[in-house]
Amino acid sequence: MKTIVIKGARILGGEPVDILVRDGVVAEIGQDLSGDETVDARGLIALPGLVDLHTHLREPGREDAETVETGTRAAALGGYTAVHAMANTDPVADTAGVVEQVWRLGQEAGHCDVRPVGAVTVGLEGERLAELGAMADSAARVRVFSDDGKCVSDAVLMRRALEYVKAFDGVVAQHAQEPRLTKDAQMNEGAVSGRLGLTGWPAVAEEAIIARDCLLAAHVGSRLHVCHLSTAGSVEIVRWAKSKGWDVTAEVTPHHLLLTDDLVEDSPVGSYNPIYKVNPPLRTRADVEALRAALADGTIDCVATDHAPHPLEDKETEWAAAAMGMIGLETALSVVQEAMVETGLLDWAGVAERMSHAPARIGRVADHGQPIEVGAPANITLYDAEARTEVDPAGYASKSRNTPYEGRSLPGRVVATFLRGRPTVLDGKLA
Amino acid sequence: MVFSLADAVSHARGSAHAVLEGPDINRALIRISHEILERTKGAEDIVLLGIPTRGVHLAQRLAAYIRQFEGRSVPVGSLDVTMYRDDLRLRPARALGRTELPSDGIDGRIVVLVDDVLYSGRTVRSALDALNDLGRPQAVQLAALVDRGHRELPIRADYVGKNLPTSKSEIVKVYLEENDGRDAVLLLKEGDK
Amino acid sequence: MKRHLISAADLSRDDALLILDTADELAKISERSIKKLPTLRGRTVVNLFFEDSTRTRISFEAAAKRLSADVINFSAKGSSVSKGESLKDTALTLEAMGADAVVIRHGASGAPHRLANWVRGSVVNAGDGTHEHPTQALLDAFTMRRRLGSLDGRKVTIVGDVLHSRVARSNVLLLATLGAEVTLVAPPTLLPVTVDSWPCEVSYDLDAVLPKSDVVMMLRVQRERMNAAFFPTEREYSRRYGLDRERVAKLHDDAVVMHPGPMNRGMEIAAEVADSPRSTIVEQVANGVTTRMAVLYLLLGGADLGGEIQ
Repeated sequence: MKTIVIKGARILGGEPVDILVRDGVVAEIGQDLSGDETVDARGLIALPGLVDLHTHLREPGREDAETVETGTRAAALGGYTAVHAMANTDPVADTAGVVEQVWRLGQEAGHCDVRPVGAVTVGLEGERLAELGAMADSAARVRVFSDDGKCVSDAVLMRRALEYVKAFDGVVAQHAQEPRLTKDAQMNEGAVSGRLGLTGWPAVAEEAIIARDCLLAAHVGSRLHVCHLSTAGSVEIVRWAKSKGWDVTAEVTPHHLLLTDDLVEDSPVGSYNPIYKVNPPLRTRADVEALRAALADGTIDCVATDHAPHPLEDKETEWAAAAMGMIGLETALSVVQEAMVETGLLDWAGVAERMSHAPARIGRVADHGQPIEVGAPANITLYDAEARTEVDPAGYASKSRNTPYEGRSLPGRVVATFLRGRPTVLDGKLA
Repeated sequence: MVFSLADAVSHARGSAHAVLEGPDINRALIRISHEILERTKGAEDIVLLGIPTRGVHLAQRLAAYIRQFEGRSVPVGSLDVTMYRDDLRLRPARALGRTELPSDGIDGRIVVLVDDVLYSGRTVRSALDALNDLGRPQAVQLAALVDRGHRELPIRADYVGKNLPTSKSEIVKVYLEENDGRDAVLLLKEGDK
Repeated sequence: MKRHLISAADLSRDDALLILDTADELAKISERSIKKLPTLRGRTVVNLFFEDSTRTRISFEAAAKRLSADVINFSAKGSSVSKGESLKDTALTLEAMGADAVVIRHGASGAPHRLANWVRGSVVNAGDGTHEHPTQALLDAFTMRRRLGSLDGRKVTIVGDVLHSRVARSNVLLLATLGAEVTLVAPPTLLPVTVDSWPCEVSYDLDAVLPKSDVVMMLRVQRERMNAAFFPTEREYSRRYGLDRERVAKLHDDAVVMHPGPMNRGMEIAAEVADSPRSTIVEQVANGVTTRMAVLYLLLGGADLGGEIQ
């Protein structure tokens, strides 16, 4: 294998160095290194390849929205070297067969590593445990289990799942949404929903489940991961659980760090535009502030995109009829820069921790999320933090266009991504 | 007296030219009321319908003169023609004026329409259409304070206060005490408005 | 005025007064033998109804026809939000027909906002989900003005299922614009949790509010709300929030009783109250045509404002 020298990169924003990559591993870091090929990284920040704990790749079943191929291209272009493919496909990823299929599709695509998430319950129905052990033992080596899109609302079932996955060091990633409190819910319950006449989605529906699950996890001594925290109250509960020493981790999406529910009422793309319809819903400015602070202080462990592609026809509708979700792989790092770095809440080492190290740890992803140092796998993202881009989804690799940032100017640009030393993205384009 | 700034400016420049001053207007109205009495044989069956806004004030003045000369109270009303105009789509939707018919209506009466300026004739055409929906007068006549020519329809006035030759680029402004604080008819060049 | 009438919040005080004054003039026309005006000749108004509402549809149809507009009734009932032809496709069809105005009734809040992105003509909201029903609020204000004169400082009490009521939302906004003081009365379960951010007062005690009210507007209460535990029984609702003869006796002599219809007699309003001289319920229907004529005239009667499609 040829050697590659990444010239003049600033690891985590530090002093410029050259990084020599050989056989998929960082072989040397220093000055004036040379190799078979050279990548000019002057002025660019080098981050460990990003890891997403929460990606909807839609395959199998909704290949009109996204495929493993298109979704992982988007991931690579967003600086990711590993993504976790959520289980709510059709058929649901609740058997070893389906998770192995997704894993294999990821390998064939080759743009980044695909780690399938297994469903907690059969068909996401919330009634019987899926064969969690079989998925864990399969070629896909599943470690994260989630009914994401639906909440494991039955307390007994949740307890059993938390206990059961201990046998193979798994984690249950809970989509915290009390179903009765959110029947027909359309958006955050607050002043805006009251004015717009949209059924409210109360914060307590999320917080009540998180509180219950933290208590359950503590009781049975299991690991719990909370998906897409969206409220200030959820932050308080997770902070409390961590203060007890319980093994609870949490994620936040980029959009919950930036966008608020008043966009539903008034935005550059009109009122009631379902581009802002997402689960959990966009919340208030106070929630956004609390989430940012929690991500900064580590209460929230990581950023996860909840990349949720939907075809145009599922968004060009009345609000109530529209699908929930936003794409996010190709904008995640930029949004985090705007929400966390430019506000002084995180430095680039913090970004690396929240977007690479922590998610890799939580997902038990070997070979990812390691610091850029000699001997580590060469999973590297080169990022131009000085660039600014106007978001135009027409150029996105994702099959879907449902980004809430269209027309908005965001900072930063992913210039290159290396997966085990092999460039998947160079000069902002697929390599 | 209420003068707009634009009036003051145009006066100063001398481009606005007063065609009729206060007393001239009433003299013209007095003459018209005599003509109405003559032509309608004592104004027995007539109804005066002013076209808002200034036509209504003129109709009221005419009725007052007729009462003064003949001791007869002539019914006065107002007829808003907005909903019948053919130029509605040339401007944003406008507020409606009042339509107020005398209690006995207009059936069988001689209706004298009263307007301040007769120009293209389109307003009068609209008024005739509106009348058509309100009843069936015995006859319809037209009184105008100023006839400035340039008719676009086969319409003429039965009673005219003053025939005023104008060019199409000129603007005729009528001011009435009741509405504007003074009586005057001004002829303005385009752009003086 | 704006190009569309989607929310009562779209109306400035001047806009609202212009509509009401115009309706006053047009009311005279409905008293004469020839009720038709040529004003909107050649204009096309489409009634796009995704929900059954014969009353509202007929009211808009009569209003448009009295102004000589061509009326197309497009009943899309059954194409619920989850299936059938998409709203966008319907909009494109209407666009191809050359609709100058689309009057839309839809079960989904915000559907008129979406439609406005896809058609060039004016969009008039004839009720969207649990959001708004601005022409109902205008006709209510018109009715109040006819009975009471100016609404400045008038005390209007709106009673019932505010949470799910598009009539209440539009009325609160419009009445605030017109200077009236609105009090909402309902069980707390039927009020939005953030109702304190609305431009009105809130009370749970109807009897305390009635003596100060110039207008009492009763909202329809859907019986199915009972099953969703918004209140225990019809009997209890009626006892605490229904308008019966004893409660009406607490009103001052000139106060009026309103209901946007259709009524549940015996539930939120007693039959004898609905039929009493204080009740404006029949007037409200007649005033609906006049008010909607005013809206259509002011939106369509002038120059084309040249809407753009997104």
